[in-house]
Amino acid sequence: MAKTISLVLNGELVSTACRPDTTVLEWLRGEMLLRGSKEGCAEGDCGACSVLVKRAGDETYSPANSCIMLMGQLEGGNLTTVEGLAASGPDGHQVQQLMAQNGSSQCGFCTPGIVCSLAGLLDRNQEPSEADIHDALAGNLCRCTGYRPIVEAAHAAAAATTAAAGGTVANAVDGMQAVTVDDLKPGSDVGSGECQFYLPQSLDELLQLRAEHPDAELLAGGTDMSLAVAHAKARWSKTISTRSVVEMRNISQADGAIHFGGSTTWEEALPHLQQYWPSFATLVRRFGSTQIRAMGTMAGNLANASPIGDGAPCLIALSASINLVSQSGERTIPLDEFFLDYRKSALADNEVIKCVSVPLPEPEQDFRVYKISKRYDQDISTVCGAFSLTTRDGVVEAARIAYGGMAATPMRATTAEAALAGIRLDESAALEAAKQAIADTFTPMTDMRGSAQYRAQVAVNLLDRLILDLAGETVEVMAL
Amino acid sequence: MNIEPDHASLKIERKVVGKGYAHDSARRHVRGEALYIDDMPDLPGTLHVAPILSPVARGTLRGIDASKAVEAAGVVRVLTVEDIPGKNEAAPILHGEPIFAEGPVEHLGQIIGCVVANSLAEALQAADLVKLDIDELEPEFDVEAAFAANSHTHPTQHLVDGDANTAIANAPHRISGRLEMGGQDHFYLEGMVAYALPGEDKEMLVWSSTQHPSEVQLHVAMALGIKSHEVDVQIRRMGGAFGGKESQATIVAAIAALAAKATGKPCRFRLRRDADMAATGKRHGYVINYDLGLEPNGRFTGMKVEALANSGHVADLSGPVVTRTLTHLDNCYHIPAADFLGFAAKTNTVSNTAFRGFGGPQGIVATEAMIDIAARRLGLDPNEVRRVNYYGPDTGEVTPYAQPVDDNRILDVVDRVMQNAEWDKRRAEIDAFNASSKVLKKGLAMMPVKFGISFNLTALNQAGSLVHVYQDGSVHLNHGGTEMGQGLYTKVAQVVAEVFGLALDDVKITPTTTGKVPNTSATAASSGSDLNGAAAFIAANAIKSRMTAHAAQIFDCDESDVVFADGHVSADGQSLPFGELAHKCWFARISLSANGFYATPKIHWDGAKLKGRPFFYYTYGAAVAEVVIDTLTGENRCLRADMVQDCGKPLNPTLDLGQIEGAFVQGMGWLTCEELWWDASGRLRTVGPSTYKIPGSRDVPPEFNVEILDDQPNVHETVFRSKAVGEPPLMLAISVWLALRDAVSSLSDGKLAANLDAPATPERVLFAVEDMQRQVSEQKTK
Repeated sequence: MAKTISLVLNGELVSTACRPDTTVLEWLRGEMLLRGSKEGCAEGDCGACSVLVKRAGDETYSPANSCIMLMGQLEGGNLTTVEGLAASGPDGHQVQQLMAQNGSSQCGFCTPGIVCSLAGLLDRNQEPSEADIHDALAGNLCRCTGYRPIVEAAHAAAAATTAAAGGTVANAVDGMQAVTVDDLKPGSDVGSGECQFYLPQSLDELLQLRAEHPDAELLAGGTDMSLAVAHAKARWSKTISTRSVVEMRNISQADGAIHFGGSTTWEEALPHLQQYWPSFATLVRRFGSTQIRAMGTMAGNLANASPIGDGAPCLIALSASINLVSQSGERTIPLDEFFLDYRKSALADNEVIKCVSVPLPEPEQDFRVYKISKRYDQDISTVCGAFSLTTRDGVVEAARIAYGGMAATPMRATTAEAALAGIRLDESAALEAAKQAIADTFTPMTDMRGSAQYRAQVAVNLLDRLILDLAGETVEVMAL
Repeated sequence: MNIEPDHASLKIERKVVGKGYAHDSARRHVRGEALYIDDMPDLPGTLHVAPILSPVARGTLRGIDASKAVEAAGVVRVLTVEDIPGKNEAAPILHGEPIFAEGPVEHLGQIIGCVVANSLAEALQAADLVKLDIDELEPEFDVEAAFAANSHTHPTQHLVDGDANTAIANAPHRISGRLEMGGQDHFYLEGMVAYALPGEDKEMLVWSSTQHPSEVQLHVAMALGIKSHEVDVQIRRMGGAFGGKESQATIVAAIAALAAKATGKPCRFRLRRDADMAATGKRHGYVINYDLGLEPNGRFTGMKVEALANSGHVADLSGPVVTRTLTHLDNCYHIPAADFLGFAAKTNTVSNTAFRGFGGPQGIVATEAMIDIAARRLGLDPNEVRRVNYYGPDTGEVTPYAQPVDDNRILDVVDRVMQNAEWDKRRAEIDAFNASSKVLKKGLAMMPVKFGISFNLTALNQAGSLVHVYQDGSVHLNHGGTEMGQGLYTKVAQVVAEVFGLALDDVKITPTTTGKVPNTSATAASSGSDLNGAAAFIAANAIKSRMTAHAAQIFDCDESDVVFADGHVSADGQSLPFGELAHKCWFARISLSANGFYATPKIHWDGAKLKGRPFFYYTYGAAVAEVVIDTLTGENRCLRADMVQDCGKPLNPTLDLGQIEGAFVQGMGWLTCEELWWDASGRLRTVGPSTYKIPGSRDVPPEFNVEILDDQPNVHETVFRSKAVGEPPLMLAISVWLALRDAVSSLSDGKLAANLDAPATPERVLFAVEDMQRQVSEQKTK
């Protein structure tokens, strides 16, 4: 007998027997005939499909890409679409009113997604700055307007929202119906025969499932993995979601390190990154839009072992370690030993990433990461260079340097690290040696993001940028 | 009927026209209630179509083995060229573009057939199971190699005015070189889509996301082997188009109709983003070879250009695109002797097509680059070189294609933008910044744009409308123009409301359909409101004059005393609500329906000699852009843009502002972050937003100032003396690219020109910086 997925859709409790690996967008537009949310790309990059979600255990709504979110991931959660916002008052949400008044739509196809992103922003932040608005829109593309009237509408909607409690999505939409949290408890298996979708609640349960089903897809946020489903290139007969595992959802500090649980999203990690490594936090805001950060996890970013994942170079430079567990035990390995080859990691078929641990910064430690891409927001790096320098009395005591986009895996530049150790940063001969070492370490490739020649040159030049940056020079165009 | 007499009097008070009404669908857009074709509920029995795409760039199709696909779950039919009952033809002007490849396969991603299945997923999965037997041939991707081999899709065009060779040879100064610029994907957010519903006997109803319903109608009929009157094509709105759905929507609609014909079921065909980008045409990339003669003060003596367009595998609209390049190389400058050669190179890529500007931007980029290079060579300010070459306001100078510049506003827009942008002050500030900043360097540039309005092909400059007034006084408006977000429906409704003295809400805008207004032109060439606004004006006035005659009878007054205003019709102190008069007209058996037909006056064009008056009028604009570059990485950003755009007397300044801002950002994307990248096999590897980067909200200049110049009505008799605005402001973004060149030149204190092509990605900027550093150090060693 088919099991069902239950969720709160636009304030009403609904149950569906759809396959759990159906994308949320497909379900909305198909079974529910709610066609306000659009498919613009089916890869989580254009934002036309954006909806607001509050997954089981979440406290607030966040925008997310419904094109790459699976129905199983919404079990026990709340989903609000542009139609739900429209129904939340005579003229809908403030964002809707003000966008309609401000000339913020032309063709209108991107508009429902933008409405959801901005409504989500105002839920989190009633006094957003210009930069906050751009952050909120980083995952939404508009080809018609040139964005100015959208940004203006966001400011106007914020001014109209103030701190009035009625402004939140939860109050406006969920308040319409008397659905209580008790109605919804995530089931541990919401699938049926041909499509199992497990939502284990504890680590033990997760490890048991992992051992029993080594062939199952291990799903964290799915912001990369689910592309195959969205493109109809794959259907998953067995999926294990890590999201509900209680032991993997927290971020804690112990033993001089901060430990990011394997199910924590980038959005959840962000305040901690901002506190200790602001440069890392800036990078995270760039490589994933709000929608992506709400789903994507640090562990997932590492587990797919992509050479262009931006988390890895930072975490390698920060001497992070990765804690892998299975029913047969637990092991902790330095992150730079985790990546074996192109999209190949040390993660065994029965293991999961329980947490990622990063040593807290020392006072003498400077961390900088530079991401070079064609567009500032929501782009994949051509080159990503991360640098951690511990300097005492002007002398470099230790250096760790890691790059993404330069090899088949995220990779350290150990020769350059050695060349920097023990020198002063104004010793040009020593710096030249370090630059030469970077040049000698990598043999990058040419692809649509940049030529080998460009990558090689930029990787070297980033060391120049680092030195100038540490000396207080303005080095990034976005700083102006 | 001429549209001139009624509004020759520009003094009439405008109640609806000229007001900044919001887009008619704004409320529906923000509430998710605006229906696009893929949002229409599935009719019972609806089937879904997925394309079968060529995996190779060039070859001969020997066979198609669809046996596995046919057996796959949910599959109803697999269609190939054998299943086309009529003609396998989808080309807009010149023939030779197949719907399904037949024999030769000419680009990777070419549509070879399609799978029809119960669901989209089943259709997509089955399409991957089709085996294609293709004998591969050596593909050609290089535009210059195609030029050397004289391999083209459209005859070479040669625009000659005077003796440029001699003028250049005798000039005191001469620059020559090569410039390359990339193409651009339209990236309309709504991909190509059509939904076909078979009717009784041969009838076929097609909802198509197209800028050109009449062309879709024609080709659906041709493909099905039926007459046009069997086919009705409808479109309420597109989710963006930008030229991409002018000719390229036809194939998609034809395939949906073929599938509907073959199965007898409603069929929906939507190209998902990756297939859309792989299979449909884009803005033409160009290689430009130039040779320019100059006086010491920067005045041109003669200009010679070879403009080599990457046409792709078939002509599509490449011929007219190249024509527009050749007719925009002059931009705002008088060229005493010109020799412009335009070549549509045949390559094994997707067939490139219309895109906002339609070849004009590439011509203007070329000339503005020449000015930048020439000025630095001569030690002059680029803006001074511009100034000595502007068409004079009263000199009677004509373009190389023999059209007089008889509405010249170049100095108006240039002086205005220089003032708005505080040029002198900021030039000094930027020079000071560059002197002290080690890594970041700023650049500043101004450029003007003159853009010709009308389709180059005279025949296309016609439009129709259909207006009904019902007995309750409500008005039904239909015209041949299509709504793609630009607000055309709103503007045309404003025209009709103004004529009848009604409120805008009293006019109902209805979907464009070939059954109501036939033989339409594409909504393109910025001409939508000029053409359809005029046609609607004529139709509304035809009804109004009948109503006026009846009102004069009722009021017992002269017809000339009857006034339509504020929802009433009045004369001599008597007044009737508009609806009441409508009812009285019906009772008196007076027709309350009219069609309107408009043909643009004055224009003519000799396509062989490339001479005539192709354009009814010109629009003018100018922009100043300030940028910053990172000399270590090539990253770059536009910090401020100031624009001035001449809009005549605007029909709707709010919608015009939206066009100007949107076009600028789109143009900036073309010239900076948007890069099409093919691998060695000819596979486009930038087939989605994860790899093809259009500007995001943060890329918009933080200071972004637009002034609409509305002080001067169009001197030519357009509807309410407005001017077109869809395409021209896209070219204002060339200022950003010129400012990037200026920033690179700052490394030589502005003395040397940057070696920078387009798009100016971080990579190209970094290499231009390194090239500049080499040039500077070589100069020092000399």
